[in-house]
Order: sequence, then structure tokens, then C-alpha cells
Amino acid sequence: MTTLTIDGQVFDVAPGTTVLEAALANRIDIPRLCYHPDLVPSGGCRLCLVEVEGRPNPQASCGLKCDEGLVVHTQSDRLTALRRDIIDLFVSDHPLRCAVCDKNGACDLQRYAYQYGISETAYDFELSRPLFQEDNPFFVRDHQYCILCNKCVRVCDEIVGANAIEVAGRGFTSHVATPFDGPMVDSACVFCGSCVQVCPTAALLPTSRLRKGREWELTRQRTICGYCGVGCGVEFATQGQQIIYAQGYRAAPVNGEFLCVKGRFGWDFAQHPDRLTQPLVRRDLLEPRPPTADGRPLATATTPTEETVTSDGQRSSVGGPPSAVRGRPSGPGVRRPSVVGRPSADFVPVSWEQALDIIATKLADTVKTHGSDAVAGLSSARCTNEENYLFQKLFRATIGTNNVDHCARLCHSSSVTGLGMAFGSGAMTNPIRDIRNADCILITGSNTAESHPVISYEVVRATKLGANLVIIDPRRVPLVDHATLFLQPKPGTDIYIFLAMAHVILREGWADTAFIAGRTEGFEAFEYSVREVTPQVAALMSGVPAELIEQAARMYALGQRADAPSADGRPQTADGSQTDNTDYALRNTQSIARGHSTILYAMGITQRSNGTELVLTLANLAMLSGQIGKPSTGVNPLRGQSNVQGACDMGALPNVLPGYQPVTDAAKRQAVAQAWDLADLPAQPGITVVEMMHAVLAGKVKAMYVMGENPMLSDPNLTHVEEALRALDFLVVQDIFMSETAQLAHVVLPAASYLEKDGTFTNTERRVQMVAPVLPAPGQSLPDWQIVGQVGEKLEAKLGHAAEKAAAWRYTSTTAIMDEIARVTPSYGGIHHHRLSGEGLTWPCPTDDHPGTPILHTAKFTRGLGKFHAVPVNLPAEQPDADFPLILTTGRILYHYHTGTMTRRSEGLNWRESRGYAEVHPYDAEQAGLRDGGPALVTSRRGQVRTQVRVTDRVPQGTIFLSFHWKEAPANVLTQDFKLDPLAKIPEYKVCAVRIESPKAAAQGKQAAGAVEA
Amino acid sequence: MAEHILLHHRDIPGLDQMDVYEKDGGWATYKRAVTEMTPQAVVDVVKAAGLRGRGGAGFPTGVKWGFLPKDVFPRYMVVNADESEPGTFKDREIMEGNPHLFLEGTAISTYAIQSNVAYIYIRGEYLSTARILQQAIDEAYAKGYLGKNLFGTQYSLDMYIHLGAGAYICGEETALLNSLEGLRGQPRLKPPFPAAVGLYSKPTIINNVETLANVRPIVERGAEWYKTLGTEKSPGVKIFCLSGNIKRPGNYELPLGTPIRYLIEELGGGTYDGTAVKAILPAGASAPMIPASAMDTRMDYEAMVTAGSTLGSASFIILGEHDSVPAAALKMVRFFKHESCGKCTPCREGTYWAQKVLERINDGTGVVPDVELVETIANQIAGKCFCPLGEFATSPMIYTIKHFRSEFEAQVQGSRPRRNWREAVPQRLEPTLAMREL
Ligand SMILES: Cc1cc2nc3c(=O)[nH]c(=O)nc-3n(C[C@H](O)[C@H](O)[C@H](O)COP(=O)(O)O)c2cc1C
Ligand code: SF4
Repeated sequence: MTTLTIDGQVFDVAPGTTVLEAALANRIDIPRLCYHPDLVPSGGCRLCLVEVEGRPNPQASCGLKCDEGLVVHTQSDRLTALRRDIIDLFVSDHPLRCAVCDKNGACDLQRYAYQYGISETAYDFELSRPLFQEDNPFFVRDHQYCILCNKCVRVCDEIVGANAIEVAGRGFTSHVATPFDGPMVDSACVFCGSCVQVCPTAALLPTSRLRKGREWELTRQRTICGYCGVGCGVEFATQGQQIIYAQGYRAAPVNGEFLCVKGRFGWDFAQHPDRLTQPLVRRDLLEPRPPTADGRPLATATTPTEETVTSDGQRSSVGGPPSAVRGRPSGPGVRRPSVVGRPSADFVPVSWEQALDIIATKLADTVKTHGSDAVAGLSSARCTNEENYLFQKLFRATIGTNNVDHCARLCHSSSVTGLGMAFGSGAMTNPIRDIRNADCILITGSNTAESHPVISYEVVRATKLGANLVIIDPRRVPLVDHATLFLQPKPGTDIYIFLAMAHVILREGWADTAFIAGRTEGFEAFEYSVREVTPQVAALMSGVPAELIEQAARMYALGQRADAPSADGRPQTADGSQTDNTDYALRNTQSIARGHSTILYAMGITQRSNGTELVLTLANLAMLSGQIGKPSTGVNPLRGQSNVQGACDMGALPNVLPGYQPVTDAAKRQAVAQAWDLADLPAQPGITVVEMMHAVLAGKVKAMYVMGENPMLSDPNLTHVEEALRALDFLVVQDIFMSETAQLAHVVLPAASYLEKDGTFTNTERRVQMVAPVLPAPGQSLPDWQIVGQVGEKLEAKLGHAAEKAAAWRYTSTTAIMDEIARVTPSYGGIHHHRLSGEGLTWPCPTDDHPGTPILHTAKFTRGLGKFHAVPVNLPAEQPDADFPLILTTGRILYHYHTGTMTRRSEGLNWRESRGYAEVHPYDAEQAGLRDGGPALVTSRRGQVRTQVRVTDRVPQGTIFLSFHWKEAPANVLTQDFKLDPLAKIPEYKVCAVRIESPKAAAQGKQAAGAVEA
Repeated sequence: MAEHILLHHRDIPGLDQMDVYEKDGGWATYKRAVTEMTPQAVVDVVKAAGLRGRGGAGFPTGVKWGFLPKDVFPRYMVVNADESEPGTFKDREIMEGNPHLFLEGTAISTYAIQSNVAYIYIRGEYLSTARILQQAIDEAYAKGYLGKNLFGTQYSLDMYIHLGAGAYICGEETALLNSLEGLRGQPRLKPPFPAAVGLYSKPTIINNVETLANVRPIVERGAEWYKTLGTEKSPGVKIFCLSGNIKRPGNYELPLGTPIRYLIEELGGGTYDGTAVKAILPAGASAPMIPASAMDTRMDYEAMVTAGSTLGSASFIILGEHDSVPAAALKMVRFFKHESCGKCTPCREGTYWAQKVLERINDGTGVVPDVELVETIANQIAGKCFCPLGEFATSPMIYTIKHFRSEFEAQVQGSRPRRNWREAVPQRLEPTLAMREL
């Protein structure tokens, strides 16, 4: 502790604290314009000058470290005069047009001008930069208001890591610029708007905010972003029923003030005219027609008597003309889903009463005729915990089946299985905020900067602070720009690298023997299994130099920092004493404190036919190096959707009840049954997403209820999915838009989006946070929990259950549902809405006074001892061959989310990236005769899509990348569903064999083939 | 003076050639240091000699080297050859005329701080100088003075030249490091000082060209010999750049502590136009102007401060009786306005306004309060800036008026400016040779 005196008060502060930080922490206000608590001090504005006794000149408090005994004065006549001078200089080229300024009331310069009484400049006012730039739909740049505090430049560099802008010019003519002053879109900008967030004046403003009211006229509401699983806190400023802008806020426990482009600018989908506003029923369900030969009702051709709503983009269209027009790919044996862009059956708006009645009747009939297991449900990772809880309860308690799953199956089920086997708990072990303090970060199979941008900010911050970043990925993902080591294995061969790293760690004696002895089991078998996998073997198989693997192993195992004081570069001199550095600590690894290393991974690891094994391998590495159970360590699966963690926690999985209580565990099952006022619950695990589709076609599942999911774009082998959904007797889809899946439904229910309801989301670090409504739900749409509740109520009656059963479904609030969750879910036992204001709670939180558990496995693993697993080497199920010589890998891009239902209806996001593309290596492009921006056909054994080519070396030669957001070019037509991970049942989205060709070449090829046949 | 130490090429023709330099005992000191001395021994000699930095601040070089944190490697040696101070052209003559002396000094110093690499950051306008230097470096590599495993030892040394892009601020050591790293040339917050966190966040020593040129003679002849030159607190020799209204402008190598009068009258031959000396700028544009009455001040670090200025880079610019001080002030302020990096408010905005007001004063459209306004602006800048450049910029506002207020007042009262500064100092102020070659 360092003691100093500020304005006569004595404070004890941590060493290294700056005077400004010390003052602010103690509510002493020092004026400042270029300071930001998350940025390295710049010292440029000179407003934070203070007087220090014994030093003649005033000192900038932002860069002044608290020395012992420092005596500081923050107020004096001299300082006031001096600050007035500086503000005067600021306003000498900053127009004080406060009356018409959108920042009025929230402007830092205005505040200080007011405080120091500067109403106009003493100089002849002159504008240094009259530039106004409006070159993107997200924000405007008005340089006349810029005070060159540099915060935007620094946030872009230090937090976001994009480095899109820098100050150009010198002196008075300095201005913030993109390279060569080009438009934002040509720079490295990722449109996260962090610059807008930190701008103290009106120089950077969200476009949506312009002339939309003064700050004090806006209403503010804080909630959690509904896109990815990071769970950022967002503050919405609204006026009337209109969102004016969104911003981050400091108190947000995960993201602070920073957001990504989707969170900050991607909210306008909520007020898109395509929103579903009333329940819809297929016309033929209301006026039954004689069934056709195949037993399916016929779509009617009668002129509608009431208002007819067709299913596809009737009021506005998204993403341009349907792809059917753009060119339907053809080719032998190739089929594509016909839903996309095709006008399907007519829907008729009905009352809620009528819609619910139809649903209850149909579901009850199916249960009665075919049994409970003939019904299956898909819950939603985008709905709240409360909603997921009710949905699975509906299936288990009311319908009586475990056939409930959701898209977590398709993203992280192998994490849940793998980490469950190794540690006993299948979630991120450490909080996101821990990452910034890590010494070494290992990222594999995660395009963090695009899929979890705000987590990538943590990574960038850590590297700026001197951490090592090791990336193992077949794609050159954007974070590689910040990496110390980049290991680029051939797709599917990363398993060798992980095994070889373990080999090196053991060989070099870097293993944490105490940890292994005290906290783990199964080590011997594991040790034996990696004996043969030398870095040389791994190098041969993966194409990554052995030396890089060794370096990665060392950095990870020892938690080495890039900026660690190191004798490695000590020059060899003639002087013997100087060359001898054997005494230096690093030479003797036993004697140094191990740094903290963390592993981050995502779908590149899990969406594999050996996903569980890969996860186990990462768990092995962590235990081997003792890099788990401490701050800034652990094995951290980054989860994809806002509440995917919560949906799993709530038991929207076929094999577990809420809180991962296996349905096969009679005691736990019966305890839950009792809480639900039942004797027992179905004990047989249900079927998973992909299995559901197979079961439908096998005639075992007759009816499905889909809440907020779009398997018609997200599941593998879409042609198959479509066949299955079409074969259903009854399909209910509850969504906010007429998704591709909804178009196949019999009843479509309009749901409220995350901006229109309350409840809780559990983010990827297990933090349960409150969601609050920002807007009223449009039309007759209702929050999903209310819909599910009403379905439950009606269904109980139709199934002839007791009246109390129906009454039990009348939940009055999400708070009441959460209280019920706490009763049946041990890990949520202490989680109630009233405890969640502020930072939320991290589960396990078993009791009402438990503070939550940010770090798992600290003293012991959830399963007791951590378990090493000897993992065999398995390669991807489908390997390239002569017909399909390339490897396809799929994923997300920054500007879109999942199947694009929301993001493609966001004007700005769609502007930035309006169509899909295939990333193709220059060599492969040349081989296939493809040019950048030209069309291409990508074909696998299961289907074909037409897309645009983007020639880039982000992908290695022999691999192409497609994102799966695009209904016009659905990547999942190509992916395989024949070989799933045997334990997690996850499909291998990340590797399948394809070929790519230009449409012209394909047509010629067909002709040639035809000629041969003839 | 009998024999030049730094400007030795004036005594021995062709000293810029490797063979001539070697014949003069060149590179032998370096070889001896690497093969026979420990790095610490070299540091000790330099410290004992009391060598002070010649880049401007005059900080003791050996002491600076001692600030390097123990056991943190790699370390870097960075040579400041950005020589951008108006009226300064000493480093250029050393590098062009006696390149091997400079390189050998740099090599010895790099060895002394236990670094394997030296970067020479040279201003972009010195393109021809850089070429000469590169040739000398190539020769040194060919001769085995640079490269791997030198003289059969484990020690290796590489030298690289990096050209600046035309910014005065890049002479400031931390801005220089930013520029060298490929960042925008703006000063960094200190502390941490470069010796602890410098180039690529590693311990780094930055020294001026002339500073390093002193190292070989010191190591060769010893600290005691060096201390026989100059004064007790400012030992050694220094190159004084003489320009402005002077008959014989140029570089003069003299022991520190020589009186200004000797430099101007004996060596420079008095003013060019034969008038009396009116004012002296002892360190280009950056140090306070002193009136002719200070002519007997000794040119060393301490005495110059006592006289109300600083020695800085010792570039003496002379103004004669007819030269207009307001015009000189404008010219200097214009320089700083042009060179302000824009990072901090007072310097960025203040220099702009100061220039405008001084322009008014000079072109006769000024009013009486303008003179005071210049002082006010100077006070708004002074003591608030991020780096010394902003402080430097206030000297030509404050001290010109302090010593020659009447001239300013005469100007605003409608009297014609007597003579334009530019006319009085025809083209001799800045060396323009390299500019033309660019
Ligand atoms: C604005 C400014 C410009 C400077 N320009 C130079 C320069 O051109 N050359 C130089 O050697 N030092 C220059 N310096 C001084 C350097 O910052 C630094 O003190 C010097 O390189 C240290 O070397 P020395 O200890 O050998 O003198 C400048 C300093 C400032 C503040
Ligand atoms: S004083 Fe400020 S603006 Fe001027 S050069 Fe230094 S840092 Fe840049």
C-alpha cells in the first residue's frame, strides 16, 4: 500500500495506482477529457493537471503514479486558471452549438465549459476540420466537434484490436482518419461502435440518434443482449416506442462499455415489418380438404375470404430476390430444399384462442393415438431460462416424454459430455473477465473476433498487457494478428497437436506433478497414450512445424508472458561471467511460479465427429499443467447463443432434467416429479435433434413443437430435414419471424423478442442476468413463457388431467417461474430475480445466501478427482477424394448471427454484408478457374449451393469456408449427418468433402458426362 | 585548437574511408573492448569520463546506461540522428566526414549495454548522409567489425539505418521509438523511461550521434584524459554549430566552457553585415534567446543556465543589429506550429494562435494588446505540455519579448519592420543539400 494525500485527505492505495485513479476512487473529481479507465493513459488533453508539493510544474494526474508521501492538490486558483486556459483552447476550434447538438447534456466538453464558465473563446474562432462523414449506416463522424482526445483511436487499438483509425496530419490540422481518408468500410473497421461509446463530444454519434431528442428526454433501460452467449449488458435509450440508440454501460459485469456491431447496432430487426404479430394457421387446417394420396392435406387454391398472409416476405423482402431466381443449381443427384424462396401454403390469421385450441387438440390426439414419444420438441437457446424451463416441463410433465432438445446439441454438446467426463461439469470454468489477466491464452477452433467479439476484446487487452497468445486453427482468423504463435494444422489434424503438446510437456518436465498427484486420476493410461505422439509425428500429420508445437507447449504449460523479463536474448559476450546465465530462473522451471494459462475453444473443436475426444484432450492439457481451478486458467467453451447455457441448465436436453440431473437417476427424477406434483417422470432418455429428423421419417415422431429455432437452416443435411418436417402430421412453430421452418408449420405463433420481455439469460460463463423489456411486444405477440403456459393449460385439459394441473400452468410472472426453478434445480437453488440486479449470479449457487461460483473446480473437481482420458486419434468422418477434393468448413461471420432471421433484417448489418460467400484459397480458386467476386457452385454428396467467391488466404489451400447464415446459399445443404459424435451426437459441421467449380464449368462438365453416356 | 577529436577528418583527409580510418587506429578500440573488456568496464570508463548527452538534455551518458534493468533482455541501442533543431548540423558533419568514428563509438556503446543490435534513426532529409553511413556500415561488415561472432568471440552485432519521415518531434526519444516501431510519431508517457521500457517494450538506450562519437576517444585514451578537456561538470569537447548573421558559419569543435565571444568573434568573424551582435539563440529555436550582453558566458551546461538559457544542442544562431526580433520570433513559432505533433491541447492549439498573432504583429496589422496576447498564449502553453516541444515553443514568444519588447511595440504602432529575418539570414539557416537530392 502506498499512502498519499489528496486535497488534505490521506488515502492508502495499491502500488501502481495513478493519482487520477486514486482521486476518482475517492470521489474527488478532476476534470479530464482523454482519460478512460480501460485505456492506457494518453496524457494529451492536459486538463487533469494537479499540483504536487515540491514540484514546480503542474503534473498530469492520469499518468502520475502515486508515490509514497505524495501531497497533491486538485483545486487551486492556479489550476483553475490553467484549466480555463485549456478549455478556452479547446473551444477555440470547437463550435459551441450546444442548443442544436445531439450530445447536449451528455458532452464532457460542455460540462467543463459550464463548470469553468467558458461561454466563448478568447481567440478568433476558427474551425480546424469542417469535415462531416456519413459513409456507413451505423455512425456519423463530424470532425468539427472532435477535440482529438484520441480515445476512439486508442479503443480501436487497445480494446478492439482492429486498428482501423489513427490520427492523420500534425498539429492544428490533425484529424482522426481511416487509411488515406477512405470510407470506413474500406478500413479494418468492425463497426463495433466502441469509438462512438467513448467519444466525449458529438464528433461520433450513432446515426439512429441524430435529431431524435435531447439526452434528458430519452428513457433508459438496461438489459442483456440477445445475440451471442457472451451476455453483454446493453443500455437502450428509447423515446415513446422507438429505440433511439443502444450503448454499453460500465457496470455491465461482462463487457463494461464495449459491445460488438450486433449488440450495439443490430436491434432494429425488432421493429421490422416482417415481425409476426398474430397467430397463423394453415388454411387447410381450418377448412379441411380431402387428403391427397400421400396423406397430406392439400394446399388450397381458393380465393381467400379473409386477410391472407403468405409466408415469404410479403410486406418487405430481405436479402434481395429469392435465390430460386438467382439460379437454381442443378446436377445429378443434387436436390436442394424447395422451401427457400418458394411461396408455401397460405396462412390465415386466427385468434390466440383458436390457435391454442388447435394445438392442444392436435397434440392431445397424437399422444392418445401414438403415445407420448410421438411428440418431440425443440426448445430455444434464444429464449429465457424461465421459458426453457416451462418448455421442457411441458414435454416431461404434461406430454410425458423426454423428447426435448435444442440447438446446443449442434454446438456444444461435446463440451457438455467431454468436460462432464473430465471435470464433472460441462461449462466454462472461469469468468470472461479473467481472460485479461491471463499470462498465456490458447485459442483453438474459435473465430473469437467474429463469433464472440467482446471476448476477443479481453484477449486483445491481455496481449496488449503482455500475454502470449497461441492460436491453433486451420483458418487464419482475425485474432492471429495479435498472436505470438499461430499453428495452422490441416483441418481435422489438430488432435495430433494437442497430443504432441502433452508429449512435450511430459518430456520436458513441465507437468504439474503435485496437481496431477493430488487432484486427478487416470494419469498413467493417459501418459502412456501420448508416448508415441512426438512433435515430429504431429508435424508430419498436421503440417505444423514441430518447433512451433514445442513452443506452444512451453508457453501454455508454464503460463509464460510475452513481456516476461527474460534472459533469453542476453548477448553472448567474450566475458565469461556475462555469458553464464544458468542461474537465471527460467532455466530451472521448477523454481519459478507458473503463470496462468487459459484455453478458449468453440465450435471448431466441438462440431466434429470426435468432438468429445477433442474436448477431453484439452481437459487433459489443463490438468497436466495444473492450469485449472485458479483465476485466469481453465478450459473455456465459448457458447454461441444468448441463452444456450441456460437452455441446457434448464434441462432442454433429452437426457437430463434441470440442473443436469439425469433422467435415469430415479431419486433425482422423483424429487423433480414431486415438485411438479407427479408420481414420476419418463425415465427413458429422449431423442436428440438429428435423431428427431430420422425418427420422423421412420414414422415414430408424428408431431413437433418448435420454439424459436430454425432447423431448416441450422441443421446438417437440410434436404433431409425438410423431408422430415414435411412428413410431420403436425408442426407448431413459435417464432418472431416467418422462418424457413415456420413456413412448413401448421400453426405459427407470434412470440416476443428478447427486447420485449423479462426473464433471465445465463451466459457462457454461467452468469445468470436479468433481461428487461425495452419495447412493447408488437401486435398480439406474447412472451414465450406466456404462450407455453397457455399451451400447457389447454393441453392438460385436453389430455383429461385434473383441473389443478391446468391451473398450475397459470404463471403470473417470470419471477414466480424462477422461484420454481430454484426449487427443482440444485445449482440454481439460490437464484431469484431479486438477487440478480447488478452483476447477476454465477451458478452453482445452491442457497439463498450463496454468492455464486465464478471459478469452478478450485478446491476439488465437481466429480471429485479430475479424470485424464487416453484419447485415440480419430480423423474426420468424410475425407476428400477425387470427386470431392476439398474440405468444407462452416462457421459464422461477424455481421450475422445464426440463420440470419434477426441480423438480415437489421438494415446496417445487412448493408455491411448482404450475401454469403465462400472463402477460397488463391491456389484452389485458380485451379477451379474462379475469380474473386464471381459465382461458384459448391457441391457435396448431399447437395449443392451457389454462392460468391472470395479469394483469400485466410483459409489454407485445400479448404473452403462457408458461413451458414444464408437461406439463399444454405451451407448446411452440404454438411453431413451420417456420422455423429458417438457420445454427444453432434454433427460434424466443421469438416466435409466438397468440390467447387464455376457454374459454367459445371454445365460443361454435365454436357461432357452426358456425351459419354450417350 | 591543435587537433580535432570529433571532426578529426578535418585533420586527416580521406578519414571517411575504411583504410585511412584503420590506419589512424580506427576500429582497434572496439576490437579491444569486445575481446578484452567486460561491458561493465566500458560503462565504467564512460561514466568516469563524465560524458554528457549531446542531443540537448546533457544527461550523463554513463549514468543513463546504468539505468538498464538487470537481467532483462534483449536490449536495444537506438541512435538519435534525427538532427532537426533549426541551426543544428553537427551530427551531419560527423556522419558524413567521420562516419567510422561514429560507428565505432556506437559499436562500443552497444557492446557496453549488452545489446546485439543498434538502430540508427536518421532524418529522412539526410538521404545522402544515410547513403554514406550505409556504405561505411557495409564496409564494417565486410571487415568483420559487424556481424556474427566478432573477433572469434560469442559477441554479435548488427546495425540498421532507419530513415525518418520529416518530423521534428521524432527527435524526441519516445516519439522516435514510436516512429521506429512503425507507429505514429508521438511522444509516449514517461515514466516508464526507455531504459526500462523502450523499443518493442524492451530496455533501450537512446543516444545522440555526437555523444556516441565521443566514446571511442574516451575508451581509447581513458577517462582522465577526457576530463582534462572542458570544465569540471561539463568535461570534454563539443561541436558548436554557428549560423545566422555571421561571417563564417559552420561547425566548431571546442572544449566545453569556451566563452561565446570567442566563438562569435574569433572563429565566426562577427556578423555577416558587420553590425553589432544583437541577440543570440544558443540552441536553435528551442532555448531562450539571450541578448548580446551575455557574450561572455561560458558555453557549458551550467553557465548557460545561469545566463538564462540552455546549451541544448549548441546551435548558435546570431542576430545582428538590424535583424528583426519579431520576425525571428514568428519564424520560430511557425516552425513549432508546423512541428507540433497534435497530441496535447496547449501545444496543438496554442502554437496555431501564437503564429496568427505574431503574423499580425509582423505584417503591421497588429494592435498594441497583441504583444501581451503573445505572452498570454505562451503562458497558456507553458508548463502544461506533454513533451518539451510545447515548452520550447514558448521560448521564442516569451524571451524575444522579454528582451526586445520595444521592437514588438514599435511594430504594432505602425512603424515599418526594419529588416526581414529571412533577408538577414540568406539560406544559411538550414542545410538544404540533402533536401535538393530528395
Ligand atoms: C522536441 C525534441 C526534439 C529533439 N530532437 C533531437 C534531435 O534531433 N537529435 C537528438 O539527438 N536529440 C533530440 N532530442 C533529445 C532527445 O530526446 C534525447 O534527449 C537525446 O536523443 C538523448 O541522447 P543523448 O543523451 O546522447 O543526448 C530532442 C528532444 C525533444 C524534446
Ligand atoms: S507538446 Fe504536445 S502536441 Fe506538442 S509535440 Fe509535445 S506532445 Fe505533441
